Amino acid sequence: MDAVVVRDIAKSFGAVRAVVGVSFSVREGELFGFIGPDGAGKTTLFRMLVTLLLPDAGEAFVDGLHVVNDYRRLRPRLGYMPGRFSLYPDLSVEENLKFFASVFGTTVEENYDLVKGIYAPLEPFKDRAAGKLSGGMKQKLALSCALIHRPRVLFLDEPTTGVDAVSRQEFWEMLGRLKASGITIVVSTPYMDEARLCDRVALMQGGRLLSVDTPDRIEATYDRPLFAARGSDRYRLLKALRAYPHAFSVYAFGDSIHYTDARETADPDELRQYLRARGFEDAEVEPIRAGIEDVFMALMQAQEEAHDGHH
Amino acid sequence: MNAFRGFVLKEFYHILRDRRTLVILFGMPVIQLVLFGFAIRNEVNDVRVLLVDPSGDYVTQAIKSEVLASPYFEGVGHQTREIGIERTFQKGRAKEAIIFEPDFAHRLAHEGVARVQVLTDASDPNTANTILAYTTSILQDYRRRLASGPPGGVRIVPEVRMRYNPELKSVFLFVPGLIALILMLVCALMTSITITREKETGTMEVLLVSPLKPAQIIVGKVIPYLVISLAIVSVILTLARAVFQVPMRGSLTLLMLECLLFIACALSLGILISTRSRTQQTAMMVSLSGLLLPTVILSGFIFPVSSMPVPLQMVSHIVPAKWFLIIVRGLMIKGVSFADIWQETLVLAGMTLFFLAVSVRNFNDRLA
Repeated sequence: MDAVVVRDIAKSFGAVRAVVGVSFSVREGELFGFIGPDGAGKTTLFRMLVTLLLPDAGEAFVDGLHVVNDYRRLRPRLGYMPGRFSLYPDLSVEENLKFFASVFGTTVEENYDLVKGIYAPLEPFKDRAAGKLSGGMKQKLALSCALIHRPRVLFLDEPTTGVDAVSRQEFWEMLGRLKASGITIVVSTPYMDEARLCDRVALMQGGRLLSVDTPDRIEATYDRPLFAARGSDRYRLLKALRAYPHAFSVYAFGDSIHYTDARETADPDELRQYLRARGFEDAEVEPIRAGIEDVFMALMQAQEEAHDGHH
Repeated sequence: MNAFRGFVLKEFYHILRDRRTLVILFGMPVIQLVLFGFAIRNEVNDVRVLLVDPSGDYVTQAIKSEVLASPYFEGVGHQTREIGIERTFQKGRAKEAIIFEPDFAHRLAHEGVARVQVLTDASDPNTANTILAYTTSILQDYRRRLASGPPGGVRIVPEVRMRYNPELKSVFLFVPGLIALILMLVCALMTSITITREKETGTMEVLLVSPLKPAQIIVGKVIPYLVISLAIVSVILTLARAVFQVPMRGSLTLLMLECLLFIACALSLGILISTRSRTQQTAMMVSLSGLLLPTVILSGFIFPVSSMPVPLQMVSHIVPAKWFLIIVRGLMIKGVSFADIWQETLVLAGMTLFFLAVSVRNFNDRLA
């Protein structure tokens, strides 16, 4: 049985179509990621799955229970960590954890083994007010609170937003260990680099799913030649590459520029010569493997073009 | 631990940790009581009075000494001609001028009528009215004594007694109003803020997903404020009695029960507000303008309902504090029994049920 099954679910707020006919399923014990920019509809989708919002259309099952009809029975089986860490800033670390345990009718002691790895670093600060913790520590506490009732499925809405890079990495390591204990985890993130850490990912944009697969297979769908270009004047380099007759897409990516050729195969030397001729003496061009972000950009571009075609 | 008990415990933590709000909650009634009790008074003392007496005979002398002997008046000048009165008023040197007619005693003896003109500074109308009433009563008093000498015609002598509050102490008036005001503030304002705060911080999302039922969330939010409200009522009543000798003529138990009913009414209003507002700020604005203002202005706390224009009187009927004030004044000052206030109690109970029903209907166990 799949832990999450979603069929053609949709939700609009007035004229804004937040989620438009989304279908997917998450296997039991899977670490499933939703990748997409702000406003892609991730939060709305999560809120429907944790029974906080009613879908306009379609249906969804979590742990075999219907999110609308069986919501009362479903709620205790869910673990949910909303986008903003939902902690009480005036309560201490320990009081927060105890409170969430009591609300779910359990005790900290009963499920301590589950949160131990996450909560242990916070133990020395257990009397500190949660509002005075650093972002990374708040995140750990919020995750402990969401886990303390031993949920069957855990929904984490952008848990790494606003957290430093080290804490982000630690957080994903914790998720890996949780997965090993058998909990199904559905997580959303705007960071493309985190996609690789999931078993499977769904790329989301404009309320739609662009693709659902393992990170490897998603990257493998990129079927055009891709090069990374570096040069001293990035802005001029970007413009020069865009002007190249065979350019399919060109965009800035970290400290380099990702160039995709429109042809089946392309020779990096040809591109280098083109750039030399344009006065980019120091420009480097090397072929690279496509990452999730490259696929995402290509899919977004295709979606936009399809939309423009419709209008 | 039981989920509901854990929730109530958490609410107490919130309240006890927020020291500043707690100090305000308990400090405010004390400060207001002291202010209303000592500083804000309707009774008037040491009114500066200018006496203008062109006649200077035995009758005017007698009346003047009566006026000056009263603790309410203080003579600031005596003159025989009616000049410069306007300047005296403008400079604020006198609040009142008593002007006798020339040949006062003579006219009184021969014509039976003598005139006294009383001028008051009505830039403060309430004070002016009170001064006028004092002066009139002194003059009538004197006339009555004159008339009681030789037998004359038929006279009607009114004997006035101010029942329940013979000294017209304004603190008697304010204590019940203060209880209503504070309870509205603590119950409605604080409850609406505490519920919307959970919405704002996102913790409501988790609470809703938890097995806690909406009713448990609401009741859990309300219980701590109920306890605090009752504590505050006790503080006000004790202070009122110990410092200002405000009587408690009716049943204290009944008063506490009526307070409990009013608290329930205010709490349900607070919940109603919180179900309709998204942010703490909205909740606060709605509570302040929608509840506190009517409680102060339309309940009869300061301005008598009977002297309001009819449309405002109609509006005052839907202000819960108005009914509560009638009940509390009746119980404390007049010493009435339940038989005299059951109608007001019924109105209050009806309102409470209505607000509660509407807010439970509005409280969603989902978002939006």
